[in-house]
Amino acid sequence: MSKILVIAEHLGGKLNPSTARAVSAAAAVKPEAIDVLVLADAVDAIAAEAAKIEGVSRVLTIVRAENAHPLAAVLAPQIAKAAAGYSHVFVPSTTFGKDVAPRVAALLGVAQVSDVMSVESAHTFKRPIYAGNAIVTVEANSAHTVVATIRTASWPAAASGANSAPVEALNVDVALPSHTRFIELQQGKSDRPDLQSASKVVSGGRGVGSKENFEIIYKFADKIGAAVGASRAAVDAGYVPNELQVGQTGKIIAPELYVAVGISGAIQHLTGIKDAGTIVAINKDGEAPIFEIADIGLVGDLFKILPELDSAIG
Amino acid sequence: MKILVGYKRVVDYNVRIQVKPDGTGVVTDGVKLSANPFDDIALEEALRLREKGVATEVVVVAIGPADLTAHLRNGLAMGANRAIHVVTDAAVQPLTAARVFQRLVEKEQPGLVITGKQAIDDDANQTGQMLATLWDRPQATFASKVDISVESGADGKATVTREVDAGLEVIEVELPAVITTDLRLNEPRFIKLPDIMKAKAKPIDTIEFASLGIEANDHLKTTHYAAPPKRSRGVMVKDATELVAALKQKGLL
Ligand SMILES: Cc1cc2nc3c(=O)[nH]c(=O)nc-3n(C[C@@H](O)[C@H](O)[C@H](O)COP(=O)(O)OP(=O)(O)OC[C@H]3O[C@@H](n4cnc5c(N)ncnc54)[C@H](O)[C@@H]3O)c2cc1C
Ligand SMILES: Cc1cc2nc3c(=O)[nH]c(=O)nc-3n(C[C@H](O)[C@H](O)[C@H](O)COP(=O)(O)OP(=O)(O)OC[C@H]3O[C@@H](n4cnc5c(N)ncnc54)[C@H](O)[C@@H]3O)c2cc1C
Repeated sequence: MSKILVIAEHLGGKLNPSTARAVSAAAAVKPEAIDVLVLADAVDAIAAEAAKIEGVSRVLTIVRAENAHPLAAVLAPQIAKAAAGYSHVFVPSTTFGKDVAPRVAALLGVAQVSDVMSVESAHTFKRPIYAGNAIVTVEANSAHTVVATIRTASWPAAASGANSAPVEALNVDVALPSHTRFIELQQGKSDRPDLQSASKVVSGGRGVGSKENFEIIYKFADKIGAAVGASRAAVDAGYVPNELQVGQTGKIIAPELYVAVGISGAIQHLTGIKDAGTIVAINKDGEAPIFEIADIGLVGDLFKILPELDSAIG
Repeated sequence: MKILVGYKRVVDYNVRIQVKPDGTGVVTDGVKLSANPFDDIALEEALRLREKGVATEVVVVAIGPADLTAHLRNGLAMGANRAIHVVTDAAVQPLTAARVFQRLVEKEQPGLVITGKQAIDDDANQTGQMLATLWDRPQATFASKVDISVESGADGKATVTREVDAGLEVIEVELPAVITTDLRLNEPRFIKLPDIMKAKAKPIDTIEFASLGIEANDHLKTTHYAAPPKRSRGVMVKDATELVAALKQKGLL
């Protein structure tokens, strides 16, 4: 029988929704137990949130001052120790998980399955390669612990509220390196919905033309209660900060509604929105590749259309 | 300081990948191959560090079949001092690639290894982190800015800005270390014709994979390849009013 350790991702004392998505993937393995491991300098609030997630058997915590920031070199030895007795270690495939999971796998001397999209059996998974242009079925060796990152856009967040899993402190005796130090996190402050978990997203591309012009995207997003995203070209041109980038090398998202404005539809961008519910494209070029995959397309000048949409919505 | 750079050859990012109808792989015959874009960025960063006087030697490393020579020559033409080619016909999984790099690190004693954050074929995003772990050294992944300060005598440190989901994270790592590159770290230079001629004189060391004595424990077996579910063309609407009506009908507004 499988026993799965899910590594919690958190920031500022709050659990990241990616954790509940990884729990969903763990549940798909039909294991005997799903334990969530929280590593932090103060764990109580995070552990309490994790304990509510449906399907979680126990929440394990490791409290150490060194765990104040998610440094992979510091967390990995603790996770590798805590992994003893588990058949699987699942980590969300976010920048947090992508940073730390390979370190855990290397410590355990096992291969890692990156970006699990579906669970076929306890050791067989599907994952994307070539920017999602091919999906491979991979079989992990059942004699080893499976270390996997979970592609969050492929999994719904496990429900929260009904559960109250026990919280237990874990003592792992392992020396931690001091060669890696956290300096700071520069975060764009925003009251808008979080790009990675929002149900609606409006993204702007190079067609928006400037940082000032991007106001029109923000305004429309606020009107419909959407998060804001961008193409790489828009980020590279300095219209918006990097954390808004959607695509192969940005965020992979699965909102119910995705509105692409002034975005041509390069495959690297489309990789980020393959799992979106409805894709709307607004582009002045009727030949733009984005229209080949859009559910609803509208050809025209975004500077004319967005204000019209604004008034049409009322 | 010496810098080792991971320089993997992959299917060019402009190629539309086709899965073979029998599900045994993707079509790679006659398809354009190029350096992994993240590895071009890794090489560019290493070259800039050499131009600043931080590094003295830049070595590109590729693991793969015998015909990688032309690919490595591109890295040399871009400016690397020399190349190491670890020859194998097998598909090398990240843990094995990391073990190969570890052997090369033991031999070459670099102050820094720079790899791409991911190779755009397998998109694993593992090799750099695994190498750092096997080497028991720090890692700074997804770098968009790198500052190296080397004080005389000491090994020095790198201050690295990382592109993370929440924004930009700055960390400091002691050297030697592994850095993996994100797209905005730099813009790689173009290779000039005279450099291609000059590169012919630069050395490429070839090492047989088998001679490294690495257990290629490639634990993952790829059993099937499939094309992703296709999204198809939907409807076109003629104006904002029609768009709003369509979205309302779907319950999205
Ligand atoms: C046609 C084809 C068929 C394949 N078939 C299989 C298969 O059947 N089974 C299977 O497991 N895998 C298969 N692979 C993929 C396999 O070879 C991967 O490339 C390998 O798993 C490494 O993953 P990655 O390159 O995505 O690593 P990543 O961790 O994404 O690479 C990160 C960085 O590490 C460095 N690096 C990694 N590998 C090398 C290298 N070889 N040389 C130099 N630097 C390197 C680079 O700097 C790179 O940017 C296939 C690949 C291709 C193109
Ligand atoms: C390795 C690699 C990874 C990459 N990763 C990503 C990634 O993660 N995400 C990503 O987005 N890209 C990524 N890219 C870049 C990608 O290839 C494209 O360059 C990029 O997505 C283009 O952005 P864009 O659509 O905004 O710009 P463009 O392609 O320039 O398109 C702009 C569009 O705006 C339209 N337009 C202009 N003016 C107006 C107007 N007034 N009204 C309406 N429409 C207008 C134009 O018709 C055009 O279609 C990557 C590239 C590489 C090589």
